[in-house]
Amino acid sequence: MSDVNSAIDAVWRIESAKVIASLARITGDVGLAEDLAQDALLAALERWPETGIPDNPGAWLMATAKHRAIDMHRRSKLLERKHEQMVPELEERQELSVSDLDTALDDDIGDDLLRLMFTACHPVLSTDARVALTLRLLGGLTTDEIARAFLVPEPTVAQRIVRAKRTLSEAHVPFEVPRGDDRDERLSSVLGVIYLIFNEGYSATAGADWMRPGLCEDALRLGRILAELAANEPEVHGLVALMEIQASRLRARTGPKGEPILLLEQDRGRWDHLLIRRGLSALDRAERLGGERGPYVLQAAIAACHARARTPEETDWERIVALYDALAELTPSPIVELNRAVAVSMAYGPATALELVEPLQSEPALRNYHLLPSVRADLLMKLKRFPEARVEFERAASMTRNSRERALLLERARECGLDDQLENNHVSSN
Amino acid sequence: MRYMTIYKSVESKAPPTQEHMDAMGKFIEEIAAAGVLVRTDGLLPSSRGARVRLTDDGKITVTDGPFAETKEVVGGYAIIDVATREEAIEWTKRFLKVAGAGESEIREMYVQPAFDADPTQPSQHNAASRQ
Repeated sequence: MSDVNSAIDAVWRIESAKVIASLARITGDVGLAEDLAQDALLAALERWPETGIPDNPGAWLMATAKHRAIDMHRRSKLLERKHEQMVPELEERQELSVSDLDTALDDDIGDDLLRLMFTACHPVLSTDARVALTLRLLGGLTTDEIARAFLVPEPTVAQRIVRAKRTLSEAHVPFEVPRGDDRDERLSSVLGVIYLIFNEGYSATAGADWMRPGLCEDALRLGRILAELAANEPEVHGLVALMEIQASRLRARTGPKGEPILLLEQDRGRWDHLLIRRGLSALDRAERLGGERGPYVLQAAIAACHARARTPEETDWERIVALYDALAELTPSPIVELNRAVAVSMAYGPATALELVEPLQSEPALRNYHLLPSVRADLLMKLKRFPEARVEFERAASMTRNSRERALLLERARECGLDDQLENNHVSSN
Repeated sequence: MRYMTIYKSVESKAPPTQEHMDAMGKFIEEIAAAGVLVRTDGLLPSSRGARVRLTDDGKITVTDGPFAETKEVVGGYAIIDVATREEAIEWTKRFLKVAGAGESEIREMYVQPAFDADPTQPSQHNAASRQ
């Protein structure tokens, strides 16, 4: 790829979401907006290698895309009915100079981006479609990049995006920021999509790689953007705090052979303290906004307890238990219960924790969740019930889809066998 | 990918104008809103700083600021998270237009790889963060 082309890629990464968002407001159609923006990108790829990159590339892309929109409208009768309102505004804007246009756009670009985020994460779309559309429209990723990140074939992603755009259009989803009762639910969909992208990167559910950090970076970027667009929403800052703090541990989560290292065994010197600081300040921002603490703020507060502890021994487990209590009340789920049990074991001992874990055994939602036997194994091991622990570790190993994690669990199962021998020898020699 | 950009320019004796500071504030808001800026700070005049040099023959010299003998001094830095080096360059172009004549050096920051290539080598990251 030539230097100019990669420079154009960079400009596209920075500008595409804004261009698409503005066009979507004018056309009322996200799919059409993206097509027009793509046309502008192609024009840039044709022109810029000869003319050089313009002084204000964003404004150039925007003006080009708008002219395409007008041309398209004039040529296509199909669009006539659909975009009646688009023309006057476009015609009017055509008279403006590029710099006027740029100023005019700056004013409401934030609102347009927020509308685009809400639209891309609209509940009318499947979760997969929301993720793909968000990465494509707001993250500026190509379908190929999305496909590689999610380990699916490129045509699958391309089709997913085409279908998603059609669904939005057919359902007449308005290009707007929802208000009233709808808003909380819609916001939580946006937050859910971003966190899902983050988690996909943080803990790959399948394949040999424990993490695909590229997706974490994409999610963090989306979260940070959202934090500026919806600055009054504590949960947005909660999500950002949670991601910043979790991302701070990315490099400490794997050992020399690529094996996973659990939180308490990590070398805290390898944590990214710049991200921890950002995470703690995002959490502070969320808490200063006040109100009831939502699930992301609570999870971030838990992550912050770990981040603040210089050594594992300094961890305030009682506080973590209290935060999990609040989380369990707000969003009761077997997974939260399981995490709470882990905290309880640290604060009040493994026997108390095991009592909390036992009822989860019959929980259908956890039937295929490898962390249940894994946690149970850990508690049994602490209680020196080695043969039972070993069986549980082996069960967990057979359930995880992550090969590196499986190796770790099998290693722990083996240790249980050794510990059991030691214990027995010890007993018999007494 | 994380980059550090270091801005160097001829030090002005006059404090920055309000207009200049407003423009810089707006730029910082923009790059933060784009989710790119991780951290940035401006630096106070070099008259408040010093240079410390160790020569080949083991001698240490300390020179108090201002550094009149050199043309350009470091005026500020930023740490940014971007997808590519080209994106770092693009943001730096935009920064320079606001900051004024000078040069920015763009350097990719060393980030501990998730998978250590050679576990027998001491980690630079550790050494740095323990200071």
